[in-house]
Amino acid sequence: MTEVHVAGVGLTHFGRHPERTGRDLFGEAVQRAVTDAGVPRDDIDHLNYGNFMGALAERQAHQAPLMAEAGGLQCPATRYEEACASAGVAVREAVKSIRSGERDVMLAGGMERMTNMGTAGATEGLAIAADELHEVHAGITFPGAYALMASAYFDQYGGSRADLANVAVKNHANALGNEYAQYQREITVAEAMDSPPVADPLHLFDACPITDGAAGLVLVSGEYADEHAVDAPVTITGTGQGGDKMALQDREYLAQTPAARDAADEAYAEAGVKPQDVDVAEVHDCFTIAEVLALEALGFYEVGEGIGAARRGETTRDGDRPVNLSGGLKAKGHPVGATGASQIAELTRLLRGDHPNSDAVPDAEVGLAHNAGGTVASAVVHVLEVAR
Amino acid sequence: MSTHGADETPRDAGYDDWLDGIEAGEGIYLSCPNDHGSLPPRRVCPHCGSPELTEEPLPGTGEIESVTVVHVAAPSHADDVPYATAIADFGPVRLTGMVRGVEPDAVEVGTTVAPTVERTETRDERVLVFRPR
Ligand SMILES: [Zn+2]
Repeated sequence: MTEVHVAGVGLTHFGRHPERTGRDLFGEAVQRAVTDAGVPRDDIDHLNYGNFMGALAERQAHQAPLMAEAGGLQCPATRYEEACASAGVAVREAVKSIRSGERDVMLAGGMERMTNMGTAGATEGLAIAADELHEVHAGITFPGAYALMASAYFDQYGGSRADLANVAVKNHANALGNEYAQYQREITVAEAMDSPPVADPLHLFDACPITDGAAGLVLVSGEYADEHAVDAPVTITGTGQGGDKMALQDREYLAQTPAARDAADEAYAEAGVKPQDVDVAEVHDCFTIAEVLALEALGFYEVGEGIGAARRGETTRDGDRPVNLSGGLKAKGHPVGATGASQIAELTRLLRGDHPNSDAVPDAEVGLAHNAGGTVASAVVHVLEVAR
Repeated sequence: MSTHGADETPRDAGYDDWLDGIEAGEGIYLSCPNDHGSLPPRRVCPHCGSPELTEEPLPGTGEIESVTVVHVAAPSHADDVPYATAIADFGPVRLTGMVRGVEPDAVEVGTTVAPTVERTETRDERVLVFRPR
């Protein structure tokens, strides 16, 4: 099976760009990715594009060919929608296409435009990732659904709002030097605790912001990299996907995310690595509790033990296994359809040594990206490795 | 998104029939030969794929398993805030609904509740409601 190399990565600034169109954002990400890769644009065979709610935000469906055009790509394009895991799935399908030998050079990425919808509009838009009949009718919002998971976690395993606040503080600290991050400022535990409630027990500083942004990756086969002497030391060695029932009420667990566990098991098996081999991870912290659930599903912690990881300093930049050195969704921002690709872009830079936080993980060889859709009814995990 | 109330919007067959049943005090759930519970609309059991679903009476009360108080709502529920939304365990199935009849902040895990159907403040739409028993 051919290797899949990350030849180039491109990100826009994540933040409030209410006036910028989706096509402009994605065009910028593609331009940066192609420049970073040093691969001729004409060699790109296909665009795999992630987007969640462009039909609501921009009244624009059928975005894939539009985005290929925006990126100057002369190739077919396919849009993937899996809520917040849209770009993760787009990357995974690109990896599979290259491995199969069907394609040699692909652009995988995603975009979301959100701030032009306002807080109420974005809240309504995000809620469509939940079960319309049994959850949204009952008043469930995206934060509300994760609040139900947090409430169940506290009830079953213990933990406190202060534990969650430590996750937010950590991720804000990590975003300080990241020029692409929405929030490049530190916060304190007290500030997080005192922020207004959104859906108890989750408060404003437990939640990722509403974000505009785009991300793109140029992925190439090992043969292409060799033949064209592409400088691409980072390879994607494992990919996995898991699924669960759509509505929380229909799941076996309210405070565990088996879809992510299944995705991780598949990705670990492909890569031939174990959880303890992972040196650095980007996980889907749309809410602070989501990072905790991810740490446990990925096998970094036993169920019920992940809640204290940030507070104990184990996942901070000085810890044994730093998590979300980019700032995570929490501080870097969460343009829904771009996030899965942006995590891999950040990890690639961390492993290559050209990320502002690379000095926190100078010897890292194995990275992991965890991207979740909705309340983890879908999940995608990728393992990245770098030759040292 | 209608402003005329749920009665004038198209019905969601199965789901609205299910709400009708709860409203009339004749709530049901669906059961398969493997005793998996689920809620309409379903053609097959979501847990095993069996097409042999039978309607069984929904237990009259359930127990709150998890609860949140929503302060920032979607436009469809904007005038209802703050409200408690909970997942309640009814044995073979769980239901998700708004909790009324108690201050939102006072709703606790373990509270015994009965399901009913009421209307939202915001758009006068039907909503599954739990009231403490
Ligand atoms: Zn069944």
